[in-house]
Amino acid sequence: MPKREDLKHVLVIGSGPILIGQAAEFDYSGTQACRVLKAEGLRVTLINSNPATIMTDPEFADATYLEPITPEFVTKIIEKERPDALLATLGGQTALNAAMSLHEAGVLEQYGVELIGADVDAIRRGEDRQEFKTIVEQVGGESARSVVCHTTDELLAGVKDLGYPVVVRPSFTMGGSGGGIAHNEADLLRIGGGGLHASVTTEVLLEESILGWKEYELELMRDKNDNVVVICSIENLDPMGVHTGDSVTVAPAMTLTDREYQAMRDLAIAIIRAVGVDTGGCNIQFAVNPDDGRIVVIEMNPRVSRSSALASKATGFPIAKIAARLAIGYTLDEIPNDITRETPSAFEPSLDYVVGKIPRFSFEKFPGADRELTTTMKSVGEAMAIGRSFVEALQKAMRSLEQTPSQFWLEPDPAGTAQDALDLARTPHDMRLLTVERALRLGATPEQVYDATGIDPWFVDQLLSLVELHAKLKDAPDLDVDLLRLAKRMGCSDKQIAAVRGLTEQQVRAARHETGVRPVYKTVDTCAAEFAAETPYHYSSYDEETEVQPSDKRKLLILGSGPNRIGQGIEFDYACVHASFALSDAGFETVMVNCNPETVSTDYDTSDRLYFEPLTVEDVLEVVAAEQESARQGGGELVGVIVQLGGQTPLRLAQELKDCGVPIVGTSPEAIHLAEERGAFGDVLAAAGLPAPKYGMARSYDEAKQIAESVGYPVLVRPSYVLGGRGMEIVYSDDMLVDYVQRSTLIGPDAPVLVDRFLEDAVEIDVDALYDGTDRYLAGVMEHIEEAGIHSGDSACALPPVTLGRADLERIRTSTLGIASGVGVRGLLNVQYALKDDVLYVLEANPRASRTVPFVSKATAVQVAKAAARIMLGTSIADLRGEGLLPKSGDGGDLPYDAPISVKEAVLPFGRFRTAAGEGVDTVLGPEMKSTGEVMGIDRVFGTAYAKSQAAAYGELPTKGRVFVSVANRDKRAVLFPVKRLADLGFEVLATEGTADVLRRNGVEATVVGKHSHGKGDDVVPMILAGEVDLILNTPFGVGARKDGYEIRTAAVARGVPCITTVQGAAACVQGIEALVRGDIGVRSLQEHHASFHWGEA
Amino acid sequence: MTPALLVLEDGRTFRGTAYGAVGETFGEAVFNTGMTGYQETLTDPSYHRQVVVMTAPHIGNTGVNDEDPESSRIWVSGYVVRDPARIPSSWRSRRTLDEELEAQGVVGISGVDTRALTRHLRERGAMKVGVFSGDHLADVDALVSKVQDSPPMQGADLAHEVTTDKPYVVPAVGEKRFTVAALDLGIKAATPRYMAQQGVEVHVLPATTTGQELLALEPDGVFLSNGPGDPATTDGPVEATRAVLDAGVPLFGICFGNQILGRALGLGTYKLRYGHRGVNQPVQELRTGRVHVTSHNHGFAVDAPTDGTPIDTPYGRVEVSHVDLNDDVVEGLNLLDAKAFSVQYHPEAAPGPHDATGLFQQFTKMMEA
Repeated sequence: MPKREDLKHVLVIGSGPILIGQAAEFDYSGTQACRVLKAEGLRVTLINSNPATIMTDPEFADATYLEPITPEFVTKIIEKERPDALLATLGGQTALNAAMSLHEAGVLEQYGVELIGADVDAIRRGEDRQEFKTIVEQVGGESARSVVCHTTDELLAGVKDLGYPVVVRPSFTMGGSGGGIAHNEADLLRIGGGGLHASVTTEVLLEESILGWKEYELELMRDKNDNVVVICSIENLDPMGVHTGDSVTVAPAMTLTDREYQAMRDLAIAIIRAVGVDTGGCNIQFAVNPDDGRIVVIEMNPRVSRSSALASKATGFPIAKIAARLAIGYTLDEIPNDITRETPSAFEPSLDYVVGKIPRFSFEKFPGADRELTTTMKSVGEAMAIGRSFVEALQKAMRSLEQTPSQFWLEPDPAGTAQDALDLARTPHDMRLLTVERALRLGATPEQVYDATGIDPWFVDQLLSLVELHAKLKDAPDLDVDLLRLAKRMGCSDKQIAAVRGLTEQQVRAARHETGVRPVYKTVDTCAAEFAAETPYHYSSYDEETEVQPSDKRKLLILGSGPNRIGQGIEFDYACVHASFALSDAGFETVMVNCNPETVSTDYDTSDRLYFEPLTVEDVLEVVAAEQESARQGGGELVGVIVQLGGQTPLRLAQELKDCGVPIVGTSPEAIHLAEERGAFGDVLAAAGLPAPKYGMARSYDEAKQIAESVGYPVLVRPSYVLGGRGMEIVYSDDMLVDYVQRSTLIGPDAPVLVDRFLEDAVEIDVDALYDGTDRYLAGVMEHIEEAGIHSGDSACALPPVTLGRADLERIRTSTLGIASGVGVRGLLNVQYALKDDVLYVLEANPRASRTVPFVSKATAVQVAKAAARIMLGTSIADLRGEGLLPKSGDGGDLPYDAPISVKEAVLPFGRFRTAAGEGVDTVLGPEMKSTGEVMGIDRVFGTAYAKSQAAAYGELPTKGRVFVSVANRDKRAVLFPVKRLADLGFEVLATEGTADVLRRNGVEATVVGKHSHGKGDDVVPMILAGEVDLILNTPFGVGARKDGYEIRTAAVARGVPCITTVQGAAACVQGIEALVRGDIGVRSLQEHHASFHWGEA
Repeated sequence: MTPALLVLEDGRTFRGTAYGAVGETFGEAVFNTGMTGYQETLTDPSYHRQVVVMTAPHIGNTGVNDEDPESSRIWVSGYVVRDPARIPSSWRSRRTLDEELEAQGVVGISGVDTRALTRHLRERGAMKVGVFSGDHLADVDALVSKVQDSPPMQGADLAHEVTTDKPYVVPAVGEKRFTVAALDLGIKAATPRYMAQQGVEVHVLPATTTGQELLALEPDGVFLSNGPGDPATTDGPVEATRAVLDAGVPLFGICFGNQILGRALGLGTYKLRYGHRGVNQPVQELRTGRVHVTSHNHGFAVDAPTDGTPIDTPYGRVEVSHVDLNDDVVEGLNLLDAKAFSVQYHPEAAPGPHDATGLFQQFTKMMEA
């Protein structure tokens, strides 16, 4: 019974911007789905507002809409495209919620669109806590005792039965947003109240606490013939109480007997049937009482999820791809297993290895945020590793995180006894593994660790085996080959061994190579070697036999970008994937190395070979050696390694790899250094005659003050050795400088701070360009909407630049060429400029793929990363123009006047974080990047494009209602015009006294509200919380979390009210609102936009 | 840390550490891909005279309990693992697997690259193997000859070595509805348990029981169990099966029992290159297209066409009812003109999925009719 013939056209909904709890995994699943559906000959229409995704590349769908995923826009697309069916189970909670809204609004029925994968009833049964609970009971399972609440009174009544601590879970949210564990009434009101708001159905569940129980997850698939298979079991090392996205997890389950596993499997299968997920995947979470084995069903997701992406990478079974096929009518037995090619997909993968996943957090970005891990997900990314044993997988995953500290034994222990470490371990926190290991090493018993943490004794014993290894390594007179092999078999890096033995990493590596202690590469094959694998998906292990096949091709290694983090997200994975595609098209064999399970790059379909490995010098060198050996045996050649596309992660490895004799293609490590080192880069700029803001390096407050005085306030200060804007602030006065130096722990004689002149009110410009040694190609010139000083990743921008003139663009063109040739770029270059008083200052240059590459590619209809990869391998820009990979003539700095305007807007995760006292964290933007993702709005004019970007990021901009205005003195003049316009459009204006005075004097009626700090209760905060304010314009008063602004912005985040924090943003926002009021916002596919460029013509 | 050596008959060796008992052992090297259920596997009589290689790297994590064994002892002749647990963790665990293996004198080896060994067996087929440790370690060539001289699996009649000495009865759970005579060719405890849950009183009888003796119990049905060895050499049970078919008594067979039924019908059996051993095998019921994920443990299979055409036999037409989707091996037989059916896989699971437990109901329905 092959595919349904009645389906010709499917609409796929993506997941929108990267958020905490909903990240790159949905690009992986959506990309797979689009690919499959197209390959099956269906017309595919896609909507996703996230430009950094592979799925929104125009070739993955017939019509790609980079439009907001709101019911209004999806309806417009349905009206225009008239699809037969809607597939909403691959785009996370966003897609599922959009589908539910469309159903409720009657849109699906009106246009005859069938929901495939899971129907409305199944989604409701799976997601509605009460219905789900009933189903669990019907099939003979148990749920935790619970009460559904819709009001605060119900919360208080409910807790009387259940007692504290009690778990709060809002319905219909992702990543546990708005949930938590309440230990008392104050907690309950705070978490429960937030949860009621976060839930689209104003519903939360209060649940008996099963904290400390073992936690498991099963990934299932079902086809229309009711065949059900379990793809993967996942066990959480962190017991119940920590969100599974924030837990260290292991696949397959390690501590279940067959009886318990089968009992869980039986329940899971009964549940998927009863819920009625017709076709596709779902995951179900369980808790198991460690004392008696009582199984409690926690929840299910009737869709593809983060866990299913992990399960796909962990097993080699591509859940999303199969789900898409099942949705159009195939059955599991009709779909071949990609990896064996001969056996069908109707089976359950068997693993002969262990997979470990560790979350990555970015707490350092949110000062004051509580680091305790709870049922609300807080991690921003994850690393996965595969090993032949648990400790090997765990240690590989730990070093894949690229954090300090993330590996055992590298850093000196913090002060304290075993008891101190145990006390610390009692509360789940970021990298608790390090605390637990330390406790054991200091003499805590495994029983004590179990009592403190609830981590299963088997896992504790595994950690203990590492502690014992540490003692052996430390005490052994010599590092003999047996000990070395043992340490490597247990997953230790050379660096760890070196740290314990007092050697250098290089010495350990040399000793290892001399004695032949080298890793072998095994294959992920879904079947534990029962059948031959056709797909080279490898992982390293210190075992006996390698499975890397000889190759006669010319090949390239592409280093990916590791776990997602704030500052390094899927934009870099996008570039790596594009390089892989382009180089494959050019006849190379592509070899991907990465450790991020969420991404498209780690899909075994993306590159010719995949190594799921940590991105450290040691691990990469071994892959290089394995691939060189494969080339030697087969008569091929390893041409080189690409480090420019995966962000800072591979770039940091470049010099050392080159020093070890590894060929680096593209921009040389020396050239990279030239751009990154301030002094050297200053020389490049001087030689090219380009101005840069004055700066100096200070090692003390006095030096800093001196520099600030000589370059003039305001200044931008930052620790010199920290990347990604960390610890960077704008300082306006001596007082603030004192404050910065006192607060910063990052300054000292060995850790100087950079003090740059800050160009206030400058226009910041971001440029992506290509350079081949002779020619340059301006890929895109983006004008930031916020002023300079806000991290480019957090700033909205427009392409083409909306206010720059031809002369400005010409200067940008010349300057970019000067930098590209001065640095010696081969491939991509990103430059940030600031334009102030008609002077174009160079802020910084990065000779690598930037965060904006995918946005530029989509905005200009040119595959920039693909072209870059080819240039790195020696093809000239002229040749690429000839080939059609670049336009025949012209470039992104010279777009036609009627080119569409694209606006990128950043999406911020403030709603996720609370201080330990339960307050929100401040939402002011600054030089340190805080956004997790981005959206794109594209239209013919700026206003509508901006409005779309806002709708995509925050939900629709309001077209009427109340606007609250409170701005710093320096912004009062600038904000006047936009506020007047809002008043003309019929908005009621509220303002604080000072702002109101200025407005009134200029003819804008404004109602005065008090300052929150006056404490009279007549201020705007309660109004915001009560939902009486529709739009907020609030610019920070200088820098720092001043009380009023802080409270206002926090309330805005809590209520989801658009809150604009810059004057420039306010102006853009007004243009957007005008466009909405005019009501002429339509939808247009990327393919239609791209056709208007006429790039193909000379 | 006692060194141990695994020696294959083709001369390939794997070094490791002794696990369980120290000594020497021989058998047929087979691999099992199940990720759970080592205790059930070890105690499954079908593994008699086999050295089992576990592809899952961590073994012994949940220790050994008193509820999960499938028979009164461990049957594997040797055990090969990569990473044995240092401590067990389960509220049901009573002792460690290491202790259990040692107590039962089972020679094992750990620290082996089990994936490399599995790939070798996949490519070259199941073969003779020896595991040596302690005083039994010797010159490799000598050990290889020892392995080569050990008895082969093909042609081995092993049912009588694992069967019960004397008959015993497993009472029905609740009201007794039927009496079944079960021929124990290496029966697992889970099988009579499932039948008992259907109201069946199970009389488990030694492998040497004849057809007349079976029928003398006047059973409502006869069951042919799983078991070790080469079905081509197991003539007694084949004769007994023919007697049951002649008498028209409903008959159900599992695994070895499927092969015995096949032979009784005049079909041949053959040895698979490396067999099916695991808990993830997709079996399709040809009539409905439904796929069940099933537990397997067989090195031999019935030779019959899998295109769905019925075959004429002295007992009427038989059809292949189930096939393994991985390799199209016969996984079930169904007599169209008589009350008899059998499957090559394990609906009783233990270990493995419970997808096919409905077959026990099918058997009782057949007895009802």
